Amino acid sequence: MRTDPIFGRLDWSVTPFDDFAADPSLNEFVATAAAAMVPLGALAVIAFLTWKRLWGPLWRDWLTSADHKKIGIMYIVLAGVMLLRGVAEGAVMRTHQVTALDGGMLSAEHFAQLFSTHGTIMIFFVATPLVTGLMNFAVPLQIGARDVAFPVLNQVSLGLTAAGAGLVMVSLVIGKFGTGGWTMYPPYTGKAFSPGPGVDYWVWAIFISGIGSTLAGLNIAVTIYKNRAPGMRFLRMPMFTWTALCTSIMMVYAFPALTVASAMLMLDRYLDFRFFTNDLGGNMMQYANIFWMFGHPEVYIVVLPAYGVFSEVSATFSAKRLYGYNSLVIATMAIAVISFTVWLHHFFTMGQGANVNAAFGIATMIIAVPTGVKVYDWMATMFRGRVRLSVPIIYLVGFFFLFVFGGLTGVILANPTIDYQVHNSQFLVAHFHNVLIPGVLFGVLAGIHYWFPKAFGFRLHERHARWAAYLWFAGFSLAFLPLYWLGLMGMPRRAASYDNPAFEPVMWVAAGGAMLVVAALLLTLWTFYSSARDRAELACPLGDPWDGRSLEWAMPAPPPPYNFHALPYVKALDPFTIEKAEGTPYCAAERYEDVELPRNSALGLWIGAASGIMGFAMVWWIWWLAALGALAIIGGLIARAFVTDTTRTIPAAQVKRDHMAFLSRVRRARPVDRDKETAPANMGLADPEVPA
Amino acid sequence: MKTDARSELRRYITGAALSALLTAAAFWAVVSDGVTRGTALWIVGLCALAQIAAQLRFFLHIGAHTKREDLYLILFSVLLAGLMIGGTIWIMASLQTRMH
Amino acid sequence: MTQAKHPGLNLGATHPEAHESSETPAFGFWVFLMSDLIIFAILFAHYVVMQDARAGGPGPEELFDLKSVAMQTALLLASSFTYGMVSLSMKHHDRPAPVMLWLVVTALLGAAFLGLELRDFASMIDEGAPPQRSGYLSALWALVGLHGLHVTAGMIWIGLMLALLALRGLTAQIKTRLLLLGLYWHFLDLIWIGILSVVYLGGLA
Repeated sequence: MRTDPIFGRLDWSVTPFDDFAADPSLNEFVATAAAAMVPLGALAVIAFLTWKRLWGPLWRDWLTSADHKKIGIMYIVLAGVMLLRGVAEGAVMRTHQVTALDGGMLSAEHFAQLFSTHGTIMIFFVATPLVTGLMNFAVPLQIGARDVAFPVLNQVSLGLTAAGAGLVMVSLVIGKFGTGGWTMYPPYTGKAFSPGPGVDYWVWAIFISGIGSTLAGLNIAVTIYKNRAPGMRFLRMPMFTWTALCTSIMMVYAFPALTVASAMLMLDRYLDFRFFTNDLGGNMMQYANIFWMFGHPEVYIVVLPAYGVFSEVSATFSAKRLYGYNSLVIATMAIAVISFTVWLHHFFTMGQGANVNAAFGIATMIIAVPTGVKVYDWMATMFRGRVRLSVPIIYLVGFFFLFVFGGLTGVILANPTIDYQVHNSQFLVAHFHNVLIPGVLFGVLAGIHYWFPKAFGFRLHERHARWAAYLWFAGFSLAFLPLYWLGLMGMPRRAASYDNPAFEPVMWVAAGGAMLVVAALLLTLWTFYSSARDRAELACPLGDPWDGRSLEWAMPAPPPPYNFHALPYVKALDPFTIEKAEGTPYCAAERYEDVELPRNSALGLWIGAASGIMGFAMVWWIWWLAALGALAIIGGLIARAFVTDTTRTIPAAQVKRDHMAFLSRVRRARPVDRDKETAPANMGLADPEVPA
Repeated sequence: MKTDARSELRRYITGAALSALLTAAAFWAVVSDGVTRGTALWIVGLCALAQIAAQLRFFLHIGAHTKREDLYLILFSVLLAGLMIGGTIWIMASLQTRMH
Repeated sequence: MTQAKHPGLNLGATHPEAHESSETPAFGFWVFLMSDLIIFAILFAHYVVMQDARAGGPGPEELFDLKSVAMQTALLLASSFTYGMVSLSMKHHDRPAPVMLWLVVTALLGAAFLGLELRDFASMIDEGAPPQRSGYLSALWALVGLHGLHVTAGMIWIGLMLALLALRGLTAQIKTRLLLLGLYWHFLDLIWIGILSVVYLGGLA
């Protein structure tokens, strides 16, 4: 291939815009419109920020902030943007499949790009940053910490994740994404069969963001080990923190496998190594093996925090202590360990012996047991509780129905003999959407609804959010449950077209479901907008709108930068509930002390930008720019080593003043009982329910 | 203070001497003609484990006095690394025998 | 009493302040090293799996020079020991000069190790054994090369610490970083024991 010393293999032919002029088909129209969306969206954001003069605040309060709450929110915003694209791609694919009997509106290659980016985005740039964001926001608040253990490293993690997401976004406009699916199995994705830049986009996006996720996991795990408030023993930690601990440890151990797999594929593609090639002793089966050593734990990495959210909301919205706390802890740890022993079930059909398959099949069935324990625990928590059917509980109930169904199909698939029949069919597509959407997405949406008032000081519109929840439920069911049928009828996954007319009506149902999912997403966005618009009415600045049980609910909303006016002493599980029952919440501290907080830093932004540029340059073989990007990364790290002034101090007097002001607002406010939870009267001061 | 320094220096010297000794033994097992391949592999493997233990003990100061969470961390890491290595070798060996 | 509260971290009673403030970074760095360990573990597993994937190319018998390997092993072990001297002089002499001296010795030993390793790599290319030759050689180069890259990064880190010591002296922050660098350097020696045993000695046994 021709390469220019300055532009590498980049030239004007790589954008899709001229393709539409050359070939004005529907296929090219979809590609061009999607590509136009990226620069137009970026322009709109830039224009909005300039118009509202928000560049300064954006820089000071967000991009350079080392505050874990801000970083957590930015993770979730990033995931939200990527979710828009992921859902849009899903809807386009479903539309295509309606027309795909003997053909279809999109070209096969375009369709393959769609399912590849859809999967890549949803796993790496939606699910992972969503749970990372929730953990970042909530964990320090729940354990009584002022920040995470390494606040600037936290920025770097976010920067690397954003760089990876940016690369996937850029691939829409400049060049094309790979067509190997989200797992990008070689040898198809090797240099011999996919010489273009598409796979390289994937490789670099995954390599960069994977390192970010490893570091994020490290940070949260160390935070939970080292930064807990006095008295916060492991068995007094809220359940969400427990799941965050297990997830972050899993991230530390699982993401290296992804880093290795993508780096090896990279070496194959750039330097002609023979890891996974067909010739000269390469072994493509090793790729599947290494990839899934990451891939299976990843499933639990994203779902465990969702379990944690459900644990929190089932207790809070039932006004009852969490049932079976110890069993939930044990189940979480069991899942975390067993999830490292089941990876082979993703390639039962690769050709290894029956003994190997049987062992991994049994391990896969075993891992369903602790999950079952959890479901029973949540139901028992709600049993005879005073359950409020508010939005998080709606998601939880939806989860009960749908996730258990998805989990059961997983147990079916765990049997290698059955897996041989339905492997790579739509049955599988139905199964993993059935665990990931009702599991991860419902859990995260419940968590967002639950913690949003804590983060921003106002609640989300209950009515809009409720309808969005119903729509997610209905849309998911229609869009994915029919695929079980299709799979059993023999329709393969990732097929751009089919010749069996019996598939078509089912595809219509699924497409209808996809439209409902789009509507659910739009209504979710509308909920944020309308809630922000009516924030005066929804305000709950006193910080306890749901009669919460753990430490984070005792502070104002949004919390001050230093989180706690004084580090709490924790005597038991559900400390805030106990305080409220004993009538001793909202006390002034005996002594206020100076608080040290991390200073703002541009390091995360710098490393993120530099690695994004390096990745882009590598994709297009612009070697000088790639070297510059790498040097910028190393230089940034070295420069950081010379910075000594990394903290700022908030004087005790100011902490005291803030806290006294908060306490006097609490004294003046009128507590509301649970009947008025969603009424404007709920300023965030709870009239406590039955004692703990 | 002085005795501290001396006893600590002795620890490092012990560690280095043990490591050198174990390395030499492993080399000897491979170079010497009298040792069969199987025995040599056993000796190399055991020497490696012993040397890793020695360096953890004398260079990295891991022992009875370390906090338990660190010991757990290392043991958990070894467990997972073992699962990944053992699983990979088992799977790929099974695959290999069936491909021929 | 100077019992280590943390593996590899023995500032102990002589520097209580640095000891406290280095606990979280030391634990975090251990977690990082364990994550790195997984990367090496997978590459080791891959190497074992690919041992026979030579595609007619050269194998251990033709490639490995035990004398060079023995020298590399000795150099790395010696550098691990001299890093121990860095830790000891940091602990018992509160002056940067001896610390810097031992750091320089460690760096020189590391450089000699890298020199020998590069020479071996160059001769492998000459003998028609670049990583592109076979699946086995790709696995070999990746495993040994990644360790070499780690040593190189360690050298850069040593250089950075020398600069910081010259500029600032032995501050608490610099002590903490020297502890972390020590963990890193000893860890690389542990990995080398694995490479020596699995790749070189195991290959020639």
